[in-house]
Amino acid sequence: MSDLQAFRQQTRDWLEENCPPSMREPVKGGESMCWGGRNFTFESKEQQQWMERMGAKGWTAPDWPTEYGGGGLNKAEHKILREEMSRLNARSPLDSFGIWMIGPALLKFGSEALKQQHLPPIVRGEIRWCQGYSEPGAGSDLAGLQSKGEDRGDHFIANGQKVWTSYGDKADWMFCLLRTDSEAKKQMGISLVLFDMLTPGVTPKPIKLISGSSPFCETFLDDVRVEKDQVVGEVNQGWTIAKYLLTHEREMIGGMGMTDAGAETLSQTAVRVMGVEQGRMNNPILRAEVAKWEIDGACFGLTAERVTDEVKAGSGVGATSAMLKYYGTELNKRRFETLLKIQGSDGMVWDGEAANNGWLPRTWLRTKGNSIEGGTSEVQLNVIAKNILGLG
Amino acid sequence: MALVLNEEQQMLKESAEGFLAEFAPLGELRKQRDAGSQTGYADNLWRQMADMGWAAILVPEEYGGLEFGHVGMGQIVEQTGRTLTASPLFATAVLGVTAINTAGSEAQKTELLGAIASGEITTALAVDEKIHHAPTQISMTADKQGGGYVLNGAKRFVADGSKADKLIVAARTAGEAGNMNGISLFVVDRTASGVEVERTEMTDTRNYANISFNNVEVAEAALLGEEGKGFKALNATLDAGNIYLAAELLGIAQETFDVTLQYLKERKQFGVLIGSFQALQHRAAHWWSEVELCKSVVLKALQAMDEGDKKSSALASIAKAKLCEVAELATNEAIQMHGGIGMTDEYDIGFFIKRARSAQIMFGDNSYHTDRFALLSGY
Repeated sequence: MSDLQAFRQQTRDWLEENCPPSMREPVKGGESMCWGGRNFTFESKEQQQWMERMGAKGWTAPDWPTEYGGGGLNKAEHKILREEMSRLNARSPLDSFGIWMIGPALLKFGSEALKQQHLPPIVRGEIRWCQGYSEPGAGSDLAGLQSKGEDRGDHFIANGQKVWTSYGDKADWMFCLLRTDSEAKKQMGISLVLFDMLTPGVTPKPIKLISGSSPFCETFLDDVRVEKDQVVGEVNQGWTIAKYLLTHEREMIGGMGMTDAGAETLSQTAVRVMGVEQGRMNNPILRAEVAKWEIDGACFGLTAERVTDEVKAGSGVGATSAMLKYYGTELNKRRFETLLKIQGSDGMVWDGEAANNGWLPRTWLRTKGNSIEGGTSEVQLNVIAKNILGLG
Repeated sequence: MALVLNEEQQMLKESAEGFLAEFAPLGELRKQRDAGSQTGYADNLWRQMADMGWAAILVPEEYGGLEFGHVGMGQIVEQTGRTLTASPLFATAVLGVTAINTAGSEAQKTELLGAIASGEITTALAVDEKIHHAPTQISMTADKQGGGYVLNGAKRFVADGSKADKLIVAARTAGEAGNMNGISLFVVDRTASGVEVERTEMTDTRNYANISFNNVEVAEAALLGEEGKGFKALNATLDAGNIYLAAELLGIAQETFDVTLQYLKERKQFGVLIGSFQALQHRAAHWWSEVELCKSVVLKALQAMDEGDKKSSALASIAKAKLCEVAELATNEAIQMHGGIGMTDEYDIGFFIKRARSAQIMFGDNSYHTDRFALLSGY
């Protein structure tokens, strides 16, 4: 038996033994995802067990080095783990901005001390992170951010306001962009710093969205003390790391692309609701809309696949994350517009058990943010035009 | 299979690019048109292509072919979209080979595929009878008489129909228009008695014909496949045809994009390059994104044919529908972004929009394939 075959067998046995039955059922929307952290309320005992068992093995961050608590798996092993998990329909044990964003940035740019301090608790799901990037006056023009970090020798005193902090009211630590040199050119005077959300002067306030939910906060910073040893990379060199993280975020949003719409495809919903006569769905205009969406959806899925294959083969052109983000989010918005047409007046029901607590209108409204967050569609088109097409 | 070209396929793509740029650039099409060419392509060009083995790429080795596969052939056809090269590659080396290889008897394959592979004969596929593609609606008849069949009816929009040596004709031996059963395929000499070929002058200046069959007598050996059961092979041939048309349209979408992008970087108005205007940048970036989607679906569809994937019918319709949409976007944007010069005959962009629309319409346009995709998906 080859090493990889042995690894597969061990992995399969371990998962069979350790993945609790209820963690082999699909997640029911964002509510039942496991985010971890100091204040997290687990959906069940089993959810907590699953996170802790996987965290102890480092398999919540399978490809991170073992010295920082990660799984230390190579690409082939990581793939096997993914395959074996999906064989069991195992849920992701831990979803976190620590794993998706600040962790990779620390691995690439962080000091040894920062890695030792922050990575292991991320892997174990003990600390939940949030991102302090956008500000009321700095959205698409992120580099125009104004929150200041005033140099006080061994620390900074931070003042300002952040906005669109995902789950800011539930997070334990923030990675945050501050202007630490107001004399320097826009992109040059920015630092990426880390601080505990319990630090005096940090006040997150949830923002209610048109969808009725409040996944984002505005976060006020009033004389917040930030230690200098919590600067990632060099002081005033944070923009490079910020851009790296933005690319990462773009890939995440573009890759997830499609909001989970349950078990049905668009055409299955359409057929169930509209009915079929003589082989064709009723309402020819809607039928064409559904078919055109499914054609574009198939082409987009194949493109995500091709981009991944090209990267593996070393022939990728790169910089395609902007295209995937742009196209994926626009497609997702289109899908929900079509779903809404299919559901007619039912699609407007905001509450009540019968209407799945207004899942459709709320999710439809939430998708409007897909082409804004992580860089608007227009910003993605700018990136494509400038970086790929060379249009100045 | 990973959605990337392997080394051999990549090499073939590059060699096709080099060959077509040297021997069959767009200027050749202009020459053919200006000279009022009746054949639509240059015989010596086809000779050269056949010498390089392009006619043999899809032919199995046992019948004298290279059996190099659809992904490879797709790269060549895509390049012919960039240069708008007219040749029998599509009608003969793709459609003819696929129909004969799918439906033909051992004897027919040995005789016909070998002759195609060596470039000796060309073929044309005669399917449509009305102005819109509708392969189940065939009403042309083939009546069994004596030891053979008598064909009566009329076909239109037959690519290479005025020049091909052999016509592959879909006719009805039973049933009526609308039935899939009862359709049979025949190989008929273009010069057979009773075959009346009318060459049509078309917008893309290629070689099409309307063909009537008036009591054309053919031997039983002319039947390609089983009597009455020809639809399956016809369908497979049309799927292949549509995937290759999508590949050609991909070449057109890419070439018009490249030429237009270059123009955006050269043309000045208001004292600046027009490529500095965000209104044009965003349209160009959207167009580029659409082309990226097209590359993926065309490659996937070609791979599916090589793998004998059952989903290749749905993929053929997905690819053709998507490429019709994007080729339309590409050729329209190309003219608009070029402004007045894009309207002139002297400039090449016009050739692309003319060819694109013909290729879109052939074997079903966007609406046809969107409808077909939905039907294949159960709605």
